[in-house]
Parts: sequence; structure tokens; C-alpha cells
Amino acid sequence: MRPILMKGHERPLTFLKYNRDGDLLFSCAKDHTPTVWFADNGERLGTYRGHNGAVWSCDVSRDSLRLVTASADQTAKLWNVQTGAQLFSFNFGSPARSVDFSVGDKLAVITTDPFMELSSAIHVKRIAKDPSEQIGESVLVIKGPQGRINRAVWGPLNKTIISAGEDAVIRIWDSETGKLLEESDKENGHRKTITSLCKSADGSHFLTGSLDKSAKLWDIRSLTLIKTYVTERPVNAVAMSPLLDHVVLGGGQDASAVTTTDHRAGKFEAKFFDKILQEEIGGVKGHFGPINALAFNPDGKSFSSGGEDGYVRLHHFDADYFNIKI
Amino acid sequence: MHIVGQPNKLRWGELEEDDPEDLDFLLPPSMEIGPDENGIKRQIDYKFNDDGHKVKITTTTRVRKLANAHLSKRAVERRSWRKFGDAVHEDVGSRLTMVSTEEILLERPMHPGSKPEETKVAGDSLAQLVKGGAVLMVCRTCGKKGDHWTSRCPYKDLASPTDAIADKPAASEMASAAAGKGGTYVPPGLRAGADRTGIDVRRRNEENSVRVANLSEDTREPDLQELFGTLVSLPVLMWPSIRERA
Repeated sequence: MRPILMKGHERPLTFLKYNRDGDLLFSCAKDHTPTVWFADNGERLGTYRGHNGAVWSCDVSRDSLRLVTASADQTAKLWNVQTGAQLFSFNFGSPARSVDFSVGDKLAVITTDPFMELSSAIHVKRIAKDPSEQIGESVLVIKGPQGRINRAVWGPLNKTIISAGEDAVIRIWDSETGKLLEESDKENGHRKTITSLCKSADGSHFLTGSLDKSAKLWDIRSLTLIKTYVTERPVNAVAMSPLLDHVVLGGGQDASAVTTTDHRAGKFEAKFFDKILQEEIGGVKGHFGPINALAFNPDGKSFSSGGEDGYVRLHHFDADYFNIKI
Repeated sequence: MHIVGQPNKLRWGELEEDDPEDLDFLLPPSMEIGPDENGIKRQIDYKFNDDGHKVKITTTTRVRKLANAHLSKRAVERRSWRKFGDAVHEDVGSRLTMVSTEEILLERPMHPGSKPEETKVAGDSLAQLVKGGAVLMVCRTCGKKGDHWTSRCPYKDLASPTDAIADKPAASEMASAAAGKGGTYVPPGLRAGADRTGIDVRRRNEENSVRVANLSEDTREPDLQELFGTLVSLPVLMWPSIRERA
């Protein structure tokens, strides 16, 4: 396949997100400016100007009209997707890290980092249909995990919130009371910081990637460990194909391998695994730096990866991808 | 009847003879050769350049379909949205979005112990090709390759190819031992038994190398370059350690 290279960001990529229809791709990077691209040919549509710090993640509403972004400048902002205008800014006392719209786009869960005396927290905000009526107060604030919370997403039917972060423990919280419902096992859980989390297309299971060079598949209701995928590199980003039973892991370079001279440039790869057999199917090379973001198009026929090199690589699969057999 | 001072003026009387040279001021019509089976389209235009000469311009384009985009109605609307933010002043040559020049494949992992495709030893490669059911093409000049006939051999100018071939099968076994024989430092990642993630080049060197023994002690690099320059474009020369005989 011929990947499309998009160099719109001058700093490393942090997050990629497709909209529900799969025609727009939103990219966040450390360069303060989230960008939106057309997902078929990679043409840039526009940029959202307003943040003063690295943008860590974003989410787009189902109708592709609203975008929410979380940034290190201690705000999370609501944008009009079409015009790029900033609709609202949620202010926090510490950098905002992860953001996720609920099913129905009426609520959003935003996590904030520990900063000075503040511990990390999970905030739930109500999103008003009319942006002029938007208020900044949180409906619910959950505190408890030690260390940074790298990702928090909504569980089935918005009844729960799932969080994962630096302490390598996955937690399920009740979204109305804030009570802790489940915690992942210490023995078969991750050993190091969980960097990324991806829900399945039907929302029944999710995948977490960690710096301990593995990714794990969990049941979303009971938090039972279903599968484990092992790689040679710390995992920075994970994605699941909505069409086939494939899991993609993207990562960095182990510190001990840095000084070994290797003449091949562009060797950082996104590794494909069979979801059920846990075996490696192959890798897609090309990035010049560790891969920090991965996203599958909802139609499952293309995927994109964002790297430390500032490039977004958009891949449309060849016909033989769909015929891979182990 | 010609009027002096107006040499270019055409008279209808002269035009009537079907004289093609006098119609130099007319350009042939532009042609478009439609997309052929490779999707290549050629557009041929004619125009006058600044010196007044007729110029033929051939533009060759290839339209390549990268993907099918099935867009929903809303998505089609979004396609016509106006650019905003930093994209407003985007000129056509902004080069933000480019199609990669390299073809990237989903590389299947190799099982440890199997040989990579390109590094084959003489006799084995031919046997493997036969097993694969492919047409067995043997070149008489280089003998080891199985992908071209003699008349198309890229190594046509070999002086004594048969000698080199005779050496190869015997040399291949010894070549594999050549790795550590050099007095050079081998980094931990490349030593035998190390965790190999980037050793393709090294392996290729070992398996395609020829051991030449019994050379004069005065032999230096330029001599070897001269001797083997015709065989190999960029020989990587590895010197064995000098062992003192008692």
C-alpha cells in the first residue's frame, strides 16, 4: 500500500481520532494546534487555534459538529468542527490529559494530571446542546488514583467510567456516584504505566497498552483479562480493527537499543496481531520515530499512525490485507 | 510574382498548391492518448516557443486509485466545507500531504531459522527455485542467479566466471565462518547468539562472500579492488588476523 504522509505538525503527535462517519481525521500534537484532515486523501481541512500548550487528546461528537480537546495549558476546549471557532473553555488547576464524549454527547469525561498539591482527578462535565448555555461546573469529580491518569473512557450505556494510568491499575467507577466498582488484578495486570486504551467497536471489550511491552484485552463489565499481546518495544498506542479480528500496537524504542547502529531509517513499525490467537501477523514500517498514536477508520479499510517525527501516515489497505491467514 | 520587402506574405494563389511547407505558421492539433492498461495518459500539445520554433510538449500522467471512498450524504457535504485556521492560505504547492514514493507492505514475521529470500547460495538456490515450481532460468555467465537468461546477464563482463563459480559452493561454507575471523570489533547486537533485530545487511554479507586464500603477503586493498572490481561493485573487504607461525 502507498501511505499518505501528512506533515502538518511540527512537534510529536499525541493522539488521532476518526469521526463516526470515517471521513474526517483529527490529529493532536505537542504543537498546540489540533488539525482536521480528510480521511480519504489526507488533505488538510483546517486547524483549531487557541490552545497554549501541548494537546494531549481529543474527541468528536457523533454528528461531527463538536470537537473537545484536552491540553497541557490547563484547559479543555469545545470547538465548532466546521468553522474552527472556540465555543467554550473548561479551566482546570492542572494540565488536562484525556477527554471522551459519552454516548449521546451530553457528557464528557476529562482527566487532569497531578500538579503541585493537586492530585490527578476525573471530571465529568455536562455538554449543553446550545454552546451559549454551556457552563464550566463539573457534574462529578473523582479522585483517588496515584500518578497520572492517561486515559478515561465511558463504559456501556454511560453507566461506568474506565480509567488507566501511571499506576498500571485499571479502575471502573460508577459514573453517577463516583464509587470505585472494580480494579484490575495486580498479578495479571500491567507492570508499568498504561499509556493507551481503546474500546472495541461494540463497546464490549477494550485494549490497554503499556510501557511493560505488552497490551492486554479486557472485558469491559467484569474487567477479566481475556488476552495478552507481547512485543519487544514499550507500547505507546493501541488500536482495534472494527472489521477484522486484528489488534495494532505502536511503540517506541527500548532505551538499551538506542546506541546500536542500524542503517535502516523509517523502521518504527505498527505491529499487527491476531486478536484471538495473540500471534503477530506483521508490521507496517515507515515512521522515523516512535509511534505515539494509532487509529482505525470505522469502516476498517484504512488506519493512520502518528509518530514522534511529527508525521501522520494514512494507510489504505490493499486487497490482500483482508485475506491474511495465519 | 513576389514583392520585395514582404517575404512572408502569403498569396491565395500560392496556397492553392498543396504545399505543406508554407503552412508552417499552423500548429498540428493537440492529441490525447487515453489511459492505457497501466492508467497512463499522454497529452501532446504543440506551441511556439520564444524563438518562434515549433515545440512539442508531451505530458504523461498516471492516475492511480488509492482507495474507494464511500461517503455518506453528510460526508459529501463536509467535503465542500471551507478551509479554516492555518489551512486558509494553503497554496497548491504546499506539500503538506504527499503520497509515499515507497510501497509499504504488511511485513509478515519470518520464522527463526529460515533463510531470507535474497541471500541464496549457488546450488541451493536453484534447487529451491525448482521446488517452488518456478521456471528454472539459469544464466551461464554467473550461474548462481535464477532470474535471467545468459543474454541478459548483468554480469556480462566477467573475465573468468567459471572460476568464481567453482569457488562459491566451497567458499560458502567457509564464508559463514568469516564473520568472527576479522580482527574487527563486533558490537554486542551483532555477535553470534545476540538478539538480532537489524542484522539483515550483515547476514547478506556473510552468505554472499567469497573467501580468497593464498594471496601474496604484499597484497593491498587497491590490488584486490582491481582484481575483484569487475565482479562486485562495492566489495566489502574483510581481512583475517595474521597468525604468526612458530
